[in-house]
Amino acid sequence: MTGLTPKPTSALRTVAPEERSHEVDHPSSLVAQFDATRPLKLDCGIDLAPFQIAYQTYGELNADKSNAVLICHALTGDQHVANRHPVTGKPGWWETLVGPGRPLDPARYFIICSNVIGGCMGSTGPASLNPATGKVWGLDFPIITIPDMVRAQAMLIDHLGIDTLFAVVGGSMGGMQALQWTVAYPQRVFANLAIACATRHSAQNIAFHELGRQAVMADPEWDHGRYADKGTHPHRGLAVARMAAHITYLSDAALHRKFGRRMQDRDLPTFSFDADFQVESYLRYQGSSFVERFDANSYLYLTRAMDYFDIAADHDGALAAAFRGIKTRFCVVSFTSDWLFPTSESRALVHALNASSARVSFAEIETDKGHDAFLLDVPEFFDIASAFLDSAGKARGLKAPKGS
Amino acid sequence: MSLQGVLPLNGFSGGERLAYRPDHLLVASMVERGSKVLDIGCGDGDLLQLLESRGIDGRGIELSREGVNHCVAKGLAVVQGDADTDLVDYPDDAFDYVILSQTLQATRRPKAVLENLLRIGRRAIVTFPNFGFWRLRLQLLVGGHMPRTDNLPFTWYDTPNIHFCTIKDFVQLCDEIGVKMERAVALDSYGRPLRVAMPWWFWNMFGEQGVFLLTRGERR
Repeated sequence: MTGLTPKPTSALRTVAPEERSHEVDHPSSLVAQFDATRPLKLDCGIDLAPFQIAYQTYGELNADKSNAVLICHALTGDQHVANRHPVTGKPGWWETLVGPGRPLDPARYFIICSNVIGGCMGSTGPASLNPATGKVWGLDFPIITIPDMVRAQAMLIDHLGIDTLFAVVGGSMGGMQALQWTVAYPQRVFANLAIACATRHSAQNIAFHELGRQAVMADPEWDHGRYADKGTHPHRGLAVARMAAHITYLSDAALHRKFGRRMQDRDLPTFSFDADFQVESYLRYQGSSFVERFDANSYLYLTRAMDYFDIAADHDGALAAAFRGIKTRFCVVSFTSDWLFPTSESRALVHALNASSARVSFAEIETDKGHDAFLLDVPEFFDIASAFLDSAGKARGLKAPKGS
Repeated sequence: MSLQGVLPLNGFSGGERLAYRPDHLLVASMVERGSKVLDIGCGDGDLLQLLESRGIDGRGIELSREGVNHCVAKGLAVVQGDADTDLVDYPDDAFDYVILSQTLQATRRPKAVLENLLRIGRRAIVTFPNFGFWRLRLQLLVGGHMPRTDNLPFTWYDTPNIHFCTIKDFVQLCDEIGVKMERAVALDSYGRPLRVAMPWWFWNMFGEQGVFLLTRGERR
């Protein structure tokens, strides 16, 4: 496509934009196309058509189609759960949980993960081409919500010929989607593993998202979202947004453990605004590596979707009403040092599930790794995830993987 | 009323009798099949598993993550939580029975906990170590030190048990908050019911544990 051409002046850029835009429209993963006869009915009132959903699968669907697991990715995740990332070359983002001998073993489950609608790794979003104009959607793309993401996933699951998912699993924004799945399609979810998430986005979290969005919009390169037409990208603004967000994913203790006040490749301060401290250098790296793989407008849309999320508000303010009569087994997990989605949010969910007689387990895992703990090597978390999935698998009549 | 002497532990298979603690069998015998039960302080989930095997819909609350892990691995629905702080969040009449097994003496506000049990559940089953048990009395009287037994092995400075009571004390508390005792059983050191009909003072002396099936009284 011609909309994005390389701009060698940007110091942060290391990946050619054609490569990224190629993934946007022609992902290297599987793609499900939905034509004008099958529009995605969005909460904002617009029917989005045509659209496409990019997805990955691992393992085999069994004969009675009872072993399908849908993984929902977080804000900046994508469908590449357990394979090398086509843009960054890094390992899959949840290889700690998904893989041979892991709690979600492809030898046992048929694992599906799709890029959310509004994303930028192959599912239709603001970085995609708008067929009506031949240009990149940009801010002409309709506002999407978490329920919209789930509606699109349900269309994908239909497309794959699967009626009931054995489990929906997700952390953070992925956990929001997992919860929305059970609210929207209670009959189609046997088990629900919702990690480090909430049934609504808190005021503090909306505030952090607004900070990130304003950083993007303050970058002159953003150009009211039309940067793609000029072949640019608001790298600096998006990097600042990522740096601010990244702090919220960690904890004071984790930052101290990792970096303390240690200097970066020097013994004395330079008396300048260089990245003297390791923590500064780390954040700058997080910012610059993020912009290589993520679209700025997509970041605006997905953060907005999280802000709008509030299950209780969709049910006259009564959270328990959303789960009434539900047969799904739930396992809710939180982390002690997570201040973005603190345990109190998980407890509110658990109380609502209890009040509506749902079958729920809940554990708070002790760790200083903050919100990011769900993506990291936290054995206590894997123990509870395995225990829950194995016992639910037994109840569902799934066979144990070979060798276990 | 006097304590019930003869206990129907019939209704359990030989395998069940071997696999489960006698006090768990006793508690399970008090729960009607098909009912919905909340087990507070459910530990490794042994009692919940017994209940579920008898067609009872069981849920649990457990303080320790290890306990929660064990329970989840058994396919039980257990929530990590604290009897002192979390019961207020449960709605009225959510359960047919609420079980508090060997936990009352470790709560900060036993009276509030007991009141919550009978708000959440139509009935409550409470088991607790009887501090009036003769061995404990003897240790204090003769030894002059805080009592320790196989069932209560902690030293005074590291015990989680901060609110010990005797069977007599517990009966008084039930009267005070207007709770009706439907059944009361005293267990020996092995968790077996004492099978002799005797007056209260006898149970208070020779029962090592008290097991009470409670319902809401007239005043509620």
